[in-house]
Amino acid sequence: MQKKEASGQSLCRTGPRGFVLPLPHRFAATQTDGERMDQIRKDLELVALSKCYGDAVAVDAITHRFAPGSYACLLGPSGCGKSSTLRMIAGHESVTEGAVLLGGADISHLPPAKRGTAMMFQNYALFPHLSVAENVAFSLKMKGVERAERMAKAGEMLELVDLSALSDRLPDQLSGGQQQRVALARALITRPQVLLLDEPLSALDPFLRIRMRGELKRLQRELGITFIHVTHGQDEALALADEIVVMNDAVIEQAGTARDVFNAPRTAFVAQFIGGHNVIALPQGRFAIRADAVQVTAEMVGDCEGQITGVEYQGTHVAVATRITGDQELSALVPEAAFFAQPFSPGDRVGLVWDAADLHELTA
Amino acid sequence: MHRLLGSRHVLGWLQVAPLALVLVVFLVLPIVMIVTVSFWRATEFSIIPAFVWENYEFLFGSSVTYRVFLNTSKYAVITWALTLVIGFTVAYFLAFHVRTLTWQVALFLVCTIPFWTSNIIRMISWIPFLGRNGIANSTLISWGVIDEPVEWLLFSDFAVILAFVHLYTLFMVVPIFNTMMRIDPSLIEAARDAGASGVQILWNVIIPLTKPGIMIGTIFVVTLVMGDFITVRFMSGSQSANVGRLISNDIALLAYPSAAATAVVLLLTVLIVIGILLRFVDIRKEL
Repeated sequence: MQKKEASGQSLCRTGPRGFVLPLPHRFAATQTDGERMDQIRKDLELVALSKCYGDAVAVDAITHRFAPGSYACLLGPSGCGKSSTLRMIAGHESVTEGAVLLGGADISHLPPAKRGTAMMFQNYALFPHLSVAENVAFSLKMKGVERAERMAKAGEMLELVDLSALSDRLPDQLSGGQQQRVALARALITRPQVLLLDEPLSALDPFLRIRMRGELKRLQRELGITFIHVTHGQDEALALADEIVVMNDAVIEQAGTARDVFNAPRTAFVAQFIGGHNVIALPQGRFAIRADAVQVTAEMVGDCEGQITGVEYQGTHVAVATRITGDQELSALVPEAAFFAQPFSPGDRVGLVWDAADLHELTA
Repeated sequence: MHRLLGSRHVLGWLQVAPLALVLVVFLVLPIVMIVTVSFWRATEFSIIPAFVWENYEFLFGSSVTYRVFLNTSKYAVITWALTLVIGFTVAYFLAFHVRTLTWQVALFLVCTIPFWTSNIIRMISWIPFLGRNGIANSTLISWGVIDEPVEWLLFSDFAVILAFVHLYTLFMVVPIFNTMMRIDPSLIEAARDAGASGVQILWNVIIPLTKPGIMIGTIFVVTLVMGDFITVRFMSGSQSANVGRLISNDIALLAYPSAAATAVVLLLTVLIVIGILLRFVDIRKEL
């Protein structure tokens, strides 16, 4: 640990453009230095950003400001425009209309490497013919940095992601998680102000995915730069994001903190996509209600009647799927103990109970 | 019988047998034959089975051999360099500049059109073009670039190499194009993300990843040029020689042992060249 901090420090002090990467909880001093912070912590802003492929609109005039130093997740189903948005920020896709601003400066037409962003690709895109260290040092080589110097820097980055021991291996000889860390180190060595991650965890198995997302979050906190992470997994977004931006059909449906989005979904789409919610139409309007706020009771007692269509044991909870009046689906997430104290089986007619305060009215 | 077939070893051998048989009959036996004959003794009138080194002694004792081998290598190296540059450029254009697969396939087919005729016809068609009063010379004269016909256009090393390049560039294009098509486009984006310029991407990403294709193309071109005799004969107007012509002359004189000895030396030379090439690049992934 001691060694790691030392290397982290040298990494901070040797930025090629002279700026300092803050590691907030380790170097409290840099945080109080307002002027420096302004230099580093630039906010990223999308202004009426659009992308069209011929007649097809992939991104439709989205406007959003990402707070500096935050972990943001672009969440949405495939084809919603989240990847196009990310690639426009990165500069790998031309901007049809609108602008991408970083720290107030328009970067929409700069080449990728001049933007202050770095991208981590979905399949990592490691150069198969280069060793781990050479992969990490690639951008320095492109800048013409001497071999000894760039290898030393690459070594520091590899230490940051805990891969020093494998620096001579070829990417083929690494596991998926290790390849991802190499990709991370390669992206971070350019000292980006914004790191763009395109579905970084989708190639990993579920167990590794959970471990790596912890690692991503840790790195983001330590580096204090903005991470923009594209994903279609709501659990990933909830676990990682300071801010979730839900996209659908080329527009932003809702943006907010993970808790805001989860507890107060604005639209039926968000409520359904973020998971754990029921969307029901009641005489008063359309509402979202969290599945774990619905209780299952005996018939004729609840707020509404239904018939159980499925029971799924999920460990801590039991998911009870019901069909209620108006042919609507409603599922209840019942704590395991409560369910088995009064078990039901498919076909049973039951009552469903909720607190009116848990009903959340949807605007669309 | 059933038990015999059931045995893993017997079944394995049986599966290998057809290919092994083809290779033995059409590759190993002819080579063994050539090597054997190369030790036979020949007089003006007869060929006598024997085991003598005189064919090789004569071959290595003659300065003509060295000159001809040198000339053959010269053709091979220059042709290789030119086909590599042209072939790489064409493949690069097809793989990275042509956006749609339809166009890639269409243009690729265009490249193969010359192969619809025999290579002798393609070679001979150069003659009216390059000749003393050919199209090239008369055009250059009418443009006023030259005053009198250029002599070295036909029946020269220039003509030989031109024909080689014309005949064999496609053998370079195909494997290189094939390798380039397998390069993940995100690698190029990743390189651009890391600040690489077009030339740097070419040098640091595309060329290293295309090496196996380049190597396969190189093997094609080098072996074809080293083994050729007809192109050299036609295009040099019998003024230059390569090893193939040496062999063909011996055969014309019915000096089979001498031809066989030259062939063995040529075969070994080519194998050594390929052996050296394969030490540099691992092409197994491509096969």
